[in-house]
Amino acid sequence: MELIKPSIGLIFWMSVSFFTLLFILRKFAWKPILNMLDEREQNIAEALNTAKKAREEMASLKADNERLLNEARLERDRMLKEARDTRDAIIAESKDKAQQEANKIMAQTRETIRTEKNAAITELKNQVASMSIEIAGKILRTELGNDEKQKSLVQDMLKDIKMN
Amino acid sequence: MAIFALSFENLYSPAMSQVIQNKSIRKIFRLLLAGMLLLSFSTVKANEEGGEKFDAGKMIVEHISDAHDWHLWGEHDHAVSVPLPIILKSEKGLHFFMSSAFHHDIEGKHVVENNGERFVMLHNHIYYAADSATAEGGYVTVNEKGEATNAAPLDFSITKNVFAMLVSIALLLWIFLSVAKAYRRREGMPPAGMQSLVEPLIIFVRDEIAKPSIGPKYKKYMPYLLTVFFFIWINNLLGLVPIIPGGANVTGNIAVTMTLAIITFVITTISANKNYWQHVFAMPGVPVGVLVLLTPIELLGVFLRPFVLMIRLFANITAGHIIALSFFSLIFIFGEMSTGLGLGVSVFSVAFVIFMSLLELLVAFLQAFVFTLLSAIYFGAAVEEHHHDHHDAHEGAHSH
Repeated sequence: MELIKPSIGLIFWMSVSFFTLLFILRKFAWKPILNMLDEREQNIAEALNTAKKAREEMASLKADNERLLNEARLERDRMLKEARDTRDAIIAESKDKAQQEANKIMAQTRETIRTEKNAAITELKNQVASMSIEIAGKILRTELGNDEKQKSLVQDMLKDIKMN
Repeated sequence: MAIFALSFENLYSPAMSQVIQNKSIRKIFRLLLAGMLLLSFSTVKANEEGGEKFDAGKMIVEHISDAHDWHLWGEHDHAVSVPLPIILKSEKGLHFFMSSAFHHDIEGKHVVENNGERFVMLHNHIYYAADSATAEGGYVTVNEKGEATNAAPLDFSITKNVFAMLVSIALLLWIFLSVAKAYRRREGMPPAGMQSLVEPLIIFVRDEIAKPSIGPKYKKYMPYLLTVFFFIWINNLLGLVPIIPGGANVTGNIAVTMTLAIITFVITTISANKNYWQHVFAMPGVPVGVLVLLTPIELLGVFLRPFVLMIRLFANITAGHIIALSFFSLIFIFGEMSTGLGLGVSVFSVAFVIFMSLLELLVAFLQAFVFTLLSAIYFGAAVEEHHHDHHDAHEGAHSH
Protein backbone atom coordinates (compact mmCIF):
# COMPACT_ATOMS: atom_id res chain seq x y z
CA MET A 1 0.00 0.00 0.00
CA GLU A 2 1.48 3.25 -1.22
CA LEU A 3 -0.57 5.39 1.18
CA ILE A 4 0.62 3.96 4.48
CA LYS A 5 4.32 3.88 3.60
CA PRO A 6 5.90 6.95 5.15
CA SER A 7 8.58 8.44 2.91
CA ILE A 8 11.92 9.37 4.43
CA GLY A 9 12.09 12.66 2.56
CA LEU A 10 8.77 13.90 3.89
CA ILE A 11 9.64 12.84 7.44
CA PHE A 12 12.90 14.75 7.10
CA TRP A 13 11.33 17.94 5.77
CA MET A 14 8.42 17.66 8.17
CA SER A 15 10.76 17.37 11.17
CA VAL A 16 13.02 20.19 10.00
CA SER A 17 10.22 22.58 9.16
CA PHE A 18 8.04 21.71 12.13
CA PHE A 19 10.86 22.20 14.61
CA THR A 20 11.82 25.45 12.93
CA LEU A 21 8.21 26.58 13.10
CA LEU A 22 7.97 25.48 16.73
CA PHE A 23 11.19 27.29 17.62
CA ILE A 24 10.32 30.55 15.87
CA LEU A 25 6.72 30.65 17.06
CA ARG A 26 7.73 29.70 20.60
CA LYS A 27 10.23 32.50 20.83
CA PHE A 28 8.55 35.23 18.81
CA ALA A 29 4.85 34.46 18.98
CA TRP A 30 3.64 32.17 21.76
CA LYS A 31 5.75 33.61 24.56
CA PRO A 32 4.85 37.28 23.93
CA ILE A 33 1.22 36.46 23.14
CA LEU A 34 0.71 34.25 26.19
CA ASN A 35 2.51 36.74 28.42
CA MET A 36 0.38 39.57 27.08
CA LEU A 37 -2.77 37.52 27.60
CA ASP A 38 -1.74 36.71 31.17
CA GLU A 39 -0.87 40.31 31.80
CA ARG A 40 -4.12 41.53 30.34
CA GLU A 41 -6.11 39.02 32.35
CA GLN A 42 -4.32 40.14 35.49
CA ASN A 43 -5.00 43.74 34.61
CA ILE A 44 -8.65 43.00 34.06
CA ALA A 45 -8.86 41.10 37.33
CA GLU A 46 -7.15 43.97 39.11
CA ALA A 47 -9.37 46.53 37.45
CA LEU A 48 -12.43 44.55 38.43
CA ASN A 49 -11.18 44.28 41.99
CA THR A 50 -10.47 47.98 42.11
CA ALA A 51 -13.89 48.72 40.70
CA LYS A 52 -15.45 46.44 43.28
CA LYS A 53 -13.52 48.14 46.04
CA ALA A 54 -14.44 51.55 44.71
CA ARG A 55 -18.05 50.47 44.58
CA GLU A 56 -17.87 49.25 48.16
CA GLU A 57 -16.18 52.48 49.20
CA MET A 58 -18.84 54.45 47.41
CA ALA A 59 -21.51 52.46 49.19
CA SER A 60 -19.87 53.04 52.56
CA LEU A 61 -19.37 56.72 51.71
CA LYS A 62 -22.98 56.95 50.74
CA ALA A 63 -24.00 55.28 53.98
CA ASP A 64 -21.75 57.69 55.85
CA ASN A 65 -23.27 60.60 54.03
CA GLU A 66 -26.71 59.35 54.79
CA ARG A 67 -25.83 58.96 58.43
CA LEU A 68 -24.25 62.41 58.57
CA LEU A 69 -27.23 63.89 56.83
CA ASN A 70 -29.58 62.21 59.26
CA GLU A 71 -27.50 63.42 62.16
CA ALA A 72 -27.47 66.89 60.73
CA ARG A 73 -31.18 66.77 60.23
CA LEU A 74 -31.71 65.61 63.80
CA GLU A 75 -29.35 68.29 65.05
CA ARG A 76 -31.20 70.89 63.07
CA ASP A 77 -34.53 69.69 64.43
CA ARG A 78 -33.15 69.69 67.91
CA MET A 79 -31.73 73.18 67.49
CA LEU A 80 -34.94 74.46 66.03
CA LYS A 81 -36.89 72.96 68.87
CA GLU A 82 -34.48 74.43 71.34
CA ALA A 83 -34.79 77.81 69.71
CA ARG A 84 -38.53 77.55 69.73
CA ASP A 85 -38.46 76.55 73.38
CA THR A 86 -36.09 79.35 74.22
CA ARG A 87 -38.25 81.79 72.35
CA ASP A 88 -41.34 80.55 74.12
CA ALA A 89 -39.56 80.68 77.42
CA ILE A 90 -38.32 84.18 76.75
CA ILE A 91 -41.74 85.31 75.68
CA ALA A 92 -43.34 83.68 78.68
CA GLU A 93 -40.78 85.19 80.98
CA SER A 94 -41.19 88.58 79.36
CA LYS A 95 -44.92 88.29 79.66
CA ASP A 96 -44.57 87.37 83.31
CA LYS A 97 -42.19 90.16 83.94
CA ALA A 98 -44.37 92.63 82.09
CA GLN A 99 -47.38 91.39 84.02
CA GLN A 100 -45.52 91.73 87.28
CA GLU A 101 -44.28 95.15 86.30
CA ALA A 102 -47.75 96.11 85.26
CA ASN A 103 -49.17 94.77 88.48
CA LYS A 104 -46.53 96.58 90.40
CA ILE A 105 -47.21 99.83 88.59
CA MET A 106 -50.91 99.35 89.04
CA ALA A 107 -50.43 98.70 92.73
CA GLN A 108 -48.21 101.70 93.08
CA THR A 109 -50.63 103.80 91.13
CA ARG A 110 -53.47 102.56 93.22
CA GLU A 111 -51.51 103.37 96.36
CA THR A 112 -50.62 106.81 95.07
CA ILE A 113 -54.18 107.42 94.10
CA ARG A 114 -55.33 106.27 97.47
CA THR A 115 -52.78 108.49 99.27
CA GLU A 116 -53.51 111.41 97.02
CA LYS A 117 -57.17 110.88 97.55
CA ASN A 118 -56.74 110.77 101.32
CA ALA A 119 -54.58 113.82 101.17
CA ALA A 120 -57.14 115.57 99.03
CA ILE A 121 -59.91 114.50 101.31
CA THR A 122 -57.97 115.67 104.31
CA GLU A 123 -57.19 118.95 102.62
CA LEU A 124 -60.76 119.27 101.53
CA LYS A 125 -61.87 118.54 105.10
CA ASN A 126 -59.43 121.07 106.43
CA GLN A 127 -60.51 123.62 103.91
CA VAL A 128 -64.14 122.86 104.54
CA ALA A 129 -63.47 123.13 108.27
CA SER A 130 -61.65 126.39 107.94
CA MET A 131 -64.21 127.66 105.50
CA SER A 132 -66.94 126.52 107.89
CA ILE A 133 -65.25 128.28 110.77
CA GLU A 134 -64.83 131.33 108.67
CA ILE A 135 -68.40 131.14 107.53
CA ALA A 136 -69.48 130.41 111.06
CA GLY A 137 -67.40 133.27 112.27
CA LYS A 138 -68.89 135.55 109.63
CA ILE A 139 -72.34 134.28 110.37
CA LEU A 140 -71.75 134.68 114.01
CA ARG A 141 -70.44 138.14 113.50
CA THR A 142 -73.50 138.94 111.38
CA GLU A 143 -76.04 137.16 113.57
CA LEU A 144 -74.69 138.24 116.86
CA GLY A 145 -73.94 141.75 115.86
CA ASN A 146 -76.72 143.24 117.99
CA ASP A 147 -77.82 142.42 121.49
CA GLU A 148 -81.20 141.34 120.54
CA LYS A 149 -80.09 138.55 118.51
CA GLN A 150 -77.59 137.49 121.12
CA LYS A 151 -80.34 137.35 123.69
CA SER A 152 -82.72 135.30 121.52
CA LEU A 153 -79.99 132.92 120.84
CA VAL A 154 -79.20 132.51 124.40
CA GLN A 155 -82.83 132.05 124.93
CA ASP A 156 -83.09 129.36 122.32
CA MET A 157 -80.15 127.62 123.72
CA LEU A 158 -81.45 127.73 127.11
CA LYS A 159 -84.74 126.31 125.88
CA ASP A 160 -82.86 123.42 124.41
CA ILE A 161 -80.96 122.84 127.56
CA LYS A 162 -84.20 122.84 129.52
CA MET A 163 -85.56 120.13 127.35
CA ASN A 164 -82.57 118.08 128.00
CA MET B 1 -9.87 30.59 -0.87
CA ALA B 2 -13.59 31.29 -0.56
CA ILE B 3 -14.12 28.22 1.57
CA PHE B 4 -11.17 29.19 3.68
CA ALA B 5 -12.57 32.65 4.27
CA LEU B 6 -15.93 31.14 5.03
CA SER B 7 -14.55 29.19 7.95
CA PHE B 8 -13.14 32.34 9.50
CA GLU B 9 -16.41 34.11 9.06
CA ASN B 10 -18.18 31.22 10.75
CA LEU B 11 -16.06 31.67 13.81
CA TYR B 12 -16.85 35.32 13.89
CA SER B 13 -20.23 36.97 13.96
CA PRO B 14 -22.99 34.43 13.39
CA ALA B 15 -25.49 36.94 12.05
CA MET B 16 -23.05 38.44 9.52
CA SER B 17 -21.72 35.10 8.38
CA GLN B 18 -25.24 33.83 7.77
CA VAL B 19 -25.68 36.46 5.08
CA ILE B 20 -22.21 36.05 3.62
CA GLN B 21 -22.47 32.28 3.78
CA ASN B 22 -25.67 32.13 1.78
CA LYS B 23 -24.32 34.52 -0.81
CA SER B 24 -20.92 32.95 -1.17
CA ILE B 25 -22.25 29.41 -1.09
CA ARG B 26 -24.47 30.27 -4.01
CA LYS B 27 -21.54 31.88 -5.78
CA ILE B 28 -19.23 28.93 -5.17
CA PHE B 29 -21.95 26.56 -6.23
CA ARG B 30 -22.48 28.37 -9.53
CA LEU B 31 -18.77 28.60 -10.23
CA LEU B 32 -18.12 24.98 -9.40
CA LEU B 33 -21.10 23.86 -11.42
CA ALA B 34 -19.97 25.79 -14.47
CA GLY B 35 -16.43 24.49 -14.05
CA MET B 36 -17.52 20.91 -13.63
CA LEU B 37 -19.80 21.02 -16.65
CA LEU B 38 -16.99 22.35 -18.82
CA LEU B 39 -14.55 19.82 -17.45
CA SER B 40 -16.85 16.86 -17.93
CA PHE B 41 -17.48 17.93 -21.53
CA SER B 42 -13.80 18.11 -22.36
CA THR B 43 -12.98 14.84 -20.63
CA VAL B 44 -15.75 13.02 -22.39
CA LYS B 45 -14.44 14.36 -25.70
CA ALA B 46 -10.87 13.44 -24.84
CA ASN B 47 -11.90 9.96 -23.85
CA GLU B 48 -13.76 9.44 -27.07
CA GLU B 49 -10.67 10.46 -29.00
CA GLY B 50 -8.04 8.74 -26.89
CA GLY B 51 -10.16 5.74 -26.01
CA GLU B 52 -8.53 5.51 -22.58
CA LYS B 53 -10.89 4.38 -19.81
CA PHE B 54 -11.28 6.61 -16.71
CA ASP B 55 -9.92 4.83 -13.64
CA ALA B 56 -11.45 6.41 -10.51
CA GLY B 57 -9.29 4.45 -8.05
CA LYS B 58 -6.09 5.42 -9.80
CA MET B 59 -7.14 9.04 -10.04
CA ILE B 60 -8.04 9.24 -6.35
CA VAL B 61 -4.86 7.56 -5.15
CA GLU B 62 -2.82 9.89 -7.39
CA HIS B 63 -4.56 12.89 -5.87
CA ILE B 64 -4.12 11.94 -2.25
CA SER B 65 -0.56 10.63 -2.66
CA ASP B 66 2.53 12.72 -2.62
CA ALA B 67 4.02 13.74 -5.98
CA HIS B 68 7.26 15.16 -7.30
CA ASP B 69 5.49 17.88 -9.27
CA TRP B 70 2.28 19.81 -8.76
CA HIS B 71 -0.03 18.47 -11.39
CA LEU B 72 -2.57 21.05 -12.62
CA TRP B 73 -4.37 19.52 -15.61
CA GLY B 74 -3.90 17.29 -18.67
CA GLU B 75 -2.44 13.83 -19.05
CA HIS B 76 1.00 12.54 -20.05
CA ASP B 77 2.56 14.71 -22.74
CA HIS B 78 -0.23 17.30 -22.51
CA ALA B 79 0.07 17.61 -18.75
CA VAL B 80 0.58 21.02 -17.21
CA SER B 81 2.23 21.01 -13.83
CA VAL B 82 4.32 23.17 -11.52
CA PRO B 83 7.83 21.67 -11.42
CA LEU B 84 9.29 21.13 -7.97
CA PRO B 85 12.93 20.65 -6.97
CA ILE B 86 14.20 17.11 -6.69
CA ILE B 87 16.92 16.40 -4.16
CA LEU B 88 18.50 12.95 -4.14
CA LYS B 89 21.27 11.41 -2.11
CA SER B 90 23.23 8.68 -3.86
CA GLU B 91 26.62 7.17 -3.20
CA LYS B 92 28.09 9.79 -5.50
CA GLY B 93 26.68 12.65 -3.45
CA LEU B 94 23.71 14.96 -3.71
CA HIS B 95 21.70 15.51 -6.88
CA PHE B 96 19.60 18.59 -7.54
CA PHE B 97 17.33 19.06 -10.52
CA MET B 98 13.76 20.07 -11.29
CA SER B 99 11.01 17.51 -11.67
CA SER B 100 10.33 18.85 -15.16
CA ALA B 101 13.48 16.95 -16.23
CA PHE B 102 11.36 13.76 -16.27
CA HIS B 103 8.92 15.29 -18.79
CA HIS B 104 5.85 13.97 -16.89
CA ASP B 105 7.10 10.41 -17.35
CA ILE B 106 5.93 8.08 -14.57
CA GLU B 107 6.58 4.78 -16.32
CA GLY B 108 10.35 4.71 -15.91
CA LYS B 109 11.04 5.44 -19.56
CA HIS B 110 12.73 8.84 -19.41
CA VAL B 111 16.22 8.72 -17.95
CA VAL B 112 17.66 11.81 -16.25
CA GLU B 113 21.42 11.96 -15.90
CA ASN B 114 22.75 14.07 -13.09
CA ASN B 115 26.11 14.16 -11.37
CA GLY B 116 27.16 10.80 -12.85
CA GLU B 117 23.98 8.91 -11.89
CA ARG B 118 21.00 7.94 -14.06
CA PHE B 119 17.49 8.22 -12.60
CA VAL B 120 14.02 7.24 -13.74
CA MET B 121 10.63 7.90 -12.22
CA LEU B 122 8.10 5.09 -11.74
CA HIS B 123 4.76 6.15 -10.21
CA ASN B 124 6.26 9.04 -8.28
CA HIS B 125 9.19 7.01 -6.99
CA ILE B 126 12.69 7.68 -8.25
CA TYR B 127 14.96 4.72 -8.98
CA TYR B 128 18.39 4.24 -10.45
CA ALA B 129 17.88 3.49 -14.13
CA ALA B 130 18.87 0.07 -15.41
CA ASP B 131 21.68 -0.07 -17.99
CA SER B 132 19.36 -1.13 -20.77
CA ALA B 133 15.67 -0.72 -21.44
CA THR B 134 13.17 -3.56 -20.98
CA ALA B 135 10.93 -4.80 -23.78
CA GLU B 136 8.35 -2.11 -22.92
CA GLY B 137 10.98 0.63 -23.11
CA GLY B 138 11.27 1.23 -19.37
CA TYR B 139 14.43 1.24 -17.33
CA VAL B 140 12.82 -0.30 -14.25
CA THR B 141 12.26 -4.00 -13.77
CA VAL B 142 9.09 -4.92 -11.95
CA ASN B 143 8.52 -8.20 -10.09
CA GLU B 144 5.31 -10.21 -10.09
CA LYS B 145 3.89 -8.19 -7.18
CA GLY B 146 4.23 -5.01 -9.19
CA GLU B 147 7.13 -3.70 -7.08
CA ALA B 148 10.22 -2.21 -8.67
CA THR B 149 13.37 -4.24 -8.08
CA ASN B 150 15.76 -1.40 -8.93
CA ALA B 151 17.77 0.25 -6.18
CA ALA B 152 16.56 3.71 -5.17
CA PRO B 153 18.47 6.77 -3.96
CA LEU B 154 17.44 8.52 -0.74
CA ASP B 155 14.76 10.97 -1.81
CA PHE B 156 14.74 14.35 -0.04
CA SER B 157 12.84 16.14 -2.78
CA ILE B 158 10.62 19.13 -2.19
CA THR B 159 7.52 17.17 -3.11
CA LYS B 160 3.97 18.47 -3.43
CA ASN B 161 3.35 17.81 0.29
CA VAL B 162 6.63 19.38 1.37
CA PHE B 163 5.86 22.41 -0.76
CA ALA B 164 2.31 22.70 0.59
CA MET B 165 3.65 22.29 4.11
CA LEU B 166 6.21 25.05 3.57
CA VAL B 167 3.42 27.30 2.30
CA SER B 168 1.37 26.51 5.39
CA ILE B 169 4.36 27.24 7.61
CA ALA B 170 4.93 30.56 5.86
CA LEU B 171 1.25 31.33 6.41
CA LEU B 172 1.48 30.37 10.09
CA LEU B 173 4.59 32.46 10.60
CA TRP B 174 3.00 35.42 8.85
CA ILE B 175 -0.21 35.16 10.90
CA PHE B 176 1.33 34.65 14.30
CA LEU B 177 4.35 36.91 14.00
CA SER B 178 2.10 39.76 12.90
CA VAL B 179 -0.31 38.94 15.71
CA ALA B 180 2.55 38.89 18.22
CA LYS B 181 3.64 42.26 16.86
CA ALA B 182 0.11 43.55 17.26
CA TYR B 183 0.16 42.43 20.89
CA ARG B 184 3.33 44.37 21.52
CA ARG B 185 2.08 47.42 19.65
CA ARG B 186 -1.36 47.43 21.25
CA GLU B 187 -0.24 46.58 24.76
CA GLY B 188 -3.04 46.82 27.28
CA MET B 189 -5.64 47.44 24.61
CA PRO B 190 -8.41 45.12 23.44
CA PRO B 191 -7.52 42.86 20.48
CA ALA B 192 -8.24 44.01 16.93
CA GLY B 193 -8.18 42.49 13.45
CA MET B 194 -6.30 39.21 13.17
CA GLN B 195 -5.67 39.33 16.91
CA SER B 196 -9.34 38.98 17.73
CA LEU B 197 -9.52 36.07 15.30
CA VAL B 198 -6.72 33.97 16.80
CA GLU B 199 -7.00 35.09 20.40
CA PRO B 200 -10.13 33.04 21.17
CA LEU B 201 -8.41 30.00 19.65
CA ILE B 202 -5.24 30.52 21.68
CA ILE B 203 -7.35 30.94 24.81
CA PHE B 204 -9.37 27.88 23.79
CA VAL B 205 -6.18 25.78 23.54
CA ARG B 206 -4.96 27.14 26.85
CA ASP B 207 -8.19 27.00 28.87
CA GLU B 208 -10.06 24.06 27.30
CA ILE B 209 -7.15 21.82 26.32
CA ALA B 210 -3.96 22.52 28.25
CA LYS B 211 -5.21 23.61 31.67
CA PRO B 212 -7.76 20.86 32.33
CA SER B 213 -5.65 18.07 30.77
CA ILE B 214 -2.18 18.88 32.09
CA GLY B 215 -2.86 20.78 35.27
CA PRO B 216 -0.56 23.32 36.92
CA LYS B 217 2.45 22.43 34.74
CA TYR B 218 0.62 23.31 31.50
CA LYS B 219 2.76 26.33 30.64
CA LYS B 220 5.76 24.29 29.54
CA TYR B 221 3.67 22.50 26.90
CA MET B 222 1.78 25.49 25.52
CA PRO B 223 4.17 26.28 22.62
CA TYR B 224 4.01 22.72 21.30
CA LEU B 225 0.24 22.40 21.76
CA LEU B 226 -0.44 25.73 20.06
CA THR B 227 1.95 24.99 17.21
CA VAL B 228 0.55 21.53 16.61
CA PHE B 229 -3.04 22.76 16.81
CA PHE B 230 -2.60 25.57 14.30
CA PHE B 231 -0.31 23.50 12.06
CA ILE B 232 -2.85 20.71 11.75
CA TRP B 233 -5.80 23.06 11.41
CA ILE B 234 -4.23 25.28 8.73
CA ASN B 235 -3.05 22.27 6.76
CA ASN B 236 -6.46 20.63 7.05
CA LEU B 237 -8.06 23.81 5.76
CA LEU B 238 -5.54 24.26 2.95
CA GLY B 239 -6.26 20.66 1.96
CA LEU B 240 -9.87 21.70 1.33
CA VAL B 241 -8.89 24.51 -1.03
CA PRO B 242 -8.96 23.02 -4.50
CA ILE B 243 -6.34 25.27 -6.12
CA ILE B 244 -2.59 25.53 -5.67
CA PRO B 245 -1.08 25.86 -3.02
CA GLY B 246 -4.08 24.20 -1.40
CA GLY B 247 -5.43 20.78 -2.14
CA ALA B 248 -2.39 18.81 -1.07
CA ASN B 249 -3.03 16.06 1.41
CA VAL B 250 -0.44 17.10 4.00
CA THR B 251 -2.23 16.09 7.20
CA GLY B 252 -3.57 13.04 5.38
CA ASN B 253 -0.04 11.83 4.78
CA ILE B 254 1.23 9.11 7.08
CA ALA B 255 4.77 10.56 7.21
CA VAL B 256 3.45 13.90 8.51
CA THR B 257 1.11 12.39 11.09
CA MET B 258 3.81 9.94 12.13
CA THR B 259 6.28 12.76 12.73
CA LEU B 260 3.74 14.65 14.83
CA ALA B 261 2.79 11.53 16.78
CA ILE B 262 6.45 10.74 17.42
CA ILE B 263 7.07 14.26 18.74
CA THR B 264 4.12 13.86 21.12
CA PHE B 265 5.45 10.45 22.16
CA VAL B 266 8.98 11.80 22.75
CA ILE B 267 7.73 14.76 24.80
CA THR B 268 5.50 12.42 26.85
CA THR B 269 8.35 10.01 27.50
CA ILE B 270 10.86 12.72 28.38
CA SER B 271 8.55 14.50 30.78
CA ALA B 272 7.21 11.29 32.35
CA ASN B 273 7.77 11.15 36.11
CA LYS B 274 8.10 8.25 38.51
CA ASN B 275 4.36 8.09 39.00
CA TYR B 276 3.81 7.57 35.26
CA TRP B 277 6.26 4.67 34.96
CA GLN B 278 4.88 3.16 38.13
CA HIS B 279 1.44 3.12 36.54
CA VAL B 280 2.89 1.47 33.44
CA PHE B 281 5.09 -1.18 35.03
CA ALA B 282 3.52 -1.74 38.43
CA MET B 283 0.06 -0.29 38.76
CA PRO B 284 -0.31 0.56 42.44
CA GLY B 285 -2.87 -1.47 44.31
CA VAL B 286 -2.95 -4.30 41.77
CA PRO B 287 -1.94 -7.84 42.85
CA VAL B 288 1.17 -9.36 41.25
CA GLY B 289 -0.83 -12.03 39.44
CA VAL B 290 -2.85 -9.39 37.61
CA LEU B 291 0.25 -7.28 36.97
CA VAL B 292 1.67 -10.05 34.81
CA LEU B 293 -1.27 -9.45 32.50
CA LEU B 294 -1.65 -5.72 33.01
CA THR B 295 1.95 -4.56 32.54
CA PRO B 296 2.31 -5.80 28.96
CA ILE B 297 -1.02 -4.17 28.11
CA GLU B 298 0.03 -0.89 29.71
CA LEU B 299 3.41 -1.06 28.00
CA LEU B 300 1.69 -1.71 24.69
CA GLY B 301 -0.59 1.21 25.43
CA VAL B 302 2.38 3.54 25.76
CA PHE B 303 3.27 2.85 22.10
CA LEU B 304 -0.28 2.37 20.93
CA ARG B 305 -1.33 5.88 21.92
CA PRO B 306 0.96 7.74 19.49
CA PHE B 307 0.20 5.07 16.88
CA VAL B 308 -3.53 5.71 17.18
CA LEU B 309 -2.83 9.45 17.11
CA MET B 310 -1.00 8.97 13.80
CA ILE B 311 -3.69 6.78 12.25
CA ARG B 312 -6.63 8.90 13.37
CA LEU B 313 -5.47 12.11 11.75
CA PHE B 314 -4.22 10.36 8.63
CA ALA B 315 -7.42 8.37 8.16
CA ASN B 316 -9.82 11.22 8.86
CA ILE B 317 -8.23 13.67 6.47
CA THR B 318 -7.54 11.13 3.75
CA ALA B 319 -11.11 9.87 4.00
CA GLY B 320 -12.41 13.40 3.48
CA HIS B 321 -10.32 13.77 0.33
CA ILE B 322 -11.36 10.36 -0.95
CA ILE B 323 -15.05 11.11 -0.49
CA ALA B 324 -14.82 14.44 -2.32
CA LEU B 325 -12.83 12.87 -5.15
CA SER B 326 -15.24 9.93 -5.36
CA PHE B 327 -18.15 12.25 -5.97
CA PHE B 328 -16.21 13.97 -8.73
CA SER B 329 -15.27 10.58 -10.20
CA LEU B 330 -18.94 9.75 -10.50
CA ILE B 331 -19.27 12.55 -13.04
CA PHE B 332 -16.57 11.05 -15.23
CA ILE B 333 -17.77 7.48 -14.84
CA PHE B 334 -21.29 8.44 -15.92
CA GLY B 335 -19.87 10.85 -18.48
CA GLU B 336 -18.15 7.94 -20.17
CA MET B 337 -21.51 6.22 -20.58
CA SER B 338 -23.17 9.28 -22.02
CA THR B 339 -22.47 13.00 -21.96
CA GLY B 340 -25.98 13.84 -20.77
CA LEU B 341 -25.78 11.41 -17.88
CA GLY B 342 -22.46 12.94 -16.81
CA LEU B 343 -23.99 16.41 -16.87
CA GLY B 344 -26.96 15.24 -14.82
CA VAL B 345 -24.80 13.50 -12.25
CA SER B 346 -22.45 16.49 -12.00
CA VAL B 347 -25.21 18.56 -10.39
CA PHE B 348 -25.67 16.03 -7.60
CA SER B 349 -21.95 15.41 -7.26
CA VAL B 350 -21.16 19.07 -6.84
CA ALA B 351 -23.96 19.46 -4.32
CA PHE B 352 -22.60 16.51 -2.34
CA VAL B 353 -19.03 17.79 -2.57
CA ILE B 354 -20.14 21.15 -1.17
CA PHE B 355 -21.97 19.40 1.63
CA MET B 356 -18.91 17.27 2.32
CA SER B 357 -16.63 20.32 2.21
CA LEU B 358 -18.73 22.00 4.88
CA LEU B 359 -18.54 18.86 6.95
CA GLU B 360 -14.78 18.74 6.34
CA LEU B 361 -14.49 22.28 7.68
CA LEU B 362 -15.79 20.92 10.94
CA VAL B 363 -13.57 17.83 10.70
CA ALA B 364 -10.53 20.05 10.00
CA PHE B 365 -11.06 21.83 13.29
CA LEU B 366 -12.15 18.71 15.16
CA GLN B 367 -9.08 16.68 14.19
CA ALA B 368 -6.72 19.51 15.11
CA PHE B 369 -8.57 19.75 18.42
CA VAL B 370 -8.53 15.99 19.06
CA PHE B 371 -4.83 15.63 18.25
CA THR B 372 -3.96 18.55 20.53
CA LEU B 373 -6.30 17.40 23.29
CA LEU B 374 -4.95 13.83 23.29
CA SER B 375 -1.36 15.09 23.24
CA ALA B 376 -2.22 17.29 26.22
CA ILE B 377 -3.88 14.38 28.02
CA TYR B 378 -0.76 12.21 27.48
CA PHE B 379 1.45 15.02 28.80
CA GLY B 380 -0.92 15.38 31.71
CA ALA B 381 -0.65 11.67 32.50
CA ALA B 382 3.14 11.92 32.26
CA VAL B 383 3.51 14.79 34.71
CA GLU B 384 0.63 13.91 37.01
CA GLU B 385 1.56 13.54 40.64
CA HIS B 386 0.39 10.68 42.81
CA HIS B 387 -3.42 10.58 42.48
CA HIS B 388 -5.46 7.44 42.31
CA ASP B 389 -8.87 8.89 41.57
CA HIS B 390 -7.75 10.60 38.36
CA HIS B 391 -6.45 7.47 36.77
CA ASP B 392 -9.79 6.17 35.59
CA ALA B 393 -10.67 9.46 33.96
CA HIS B 394 -7.52 9.31 31.86
CA GLU B 395 -8.16 5.76 30.75
CA GLY B 396 -11.64 6.82 29.70
CA ALA B 397 -10.29 9.70 27.65
CA HIS B 398 -7.92 7.41 25.76
CA SER B 399 -10.75 5.64 24.00
CA HIS B 400 -11.56 8.63 21.80
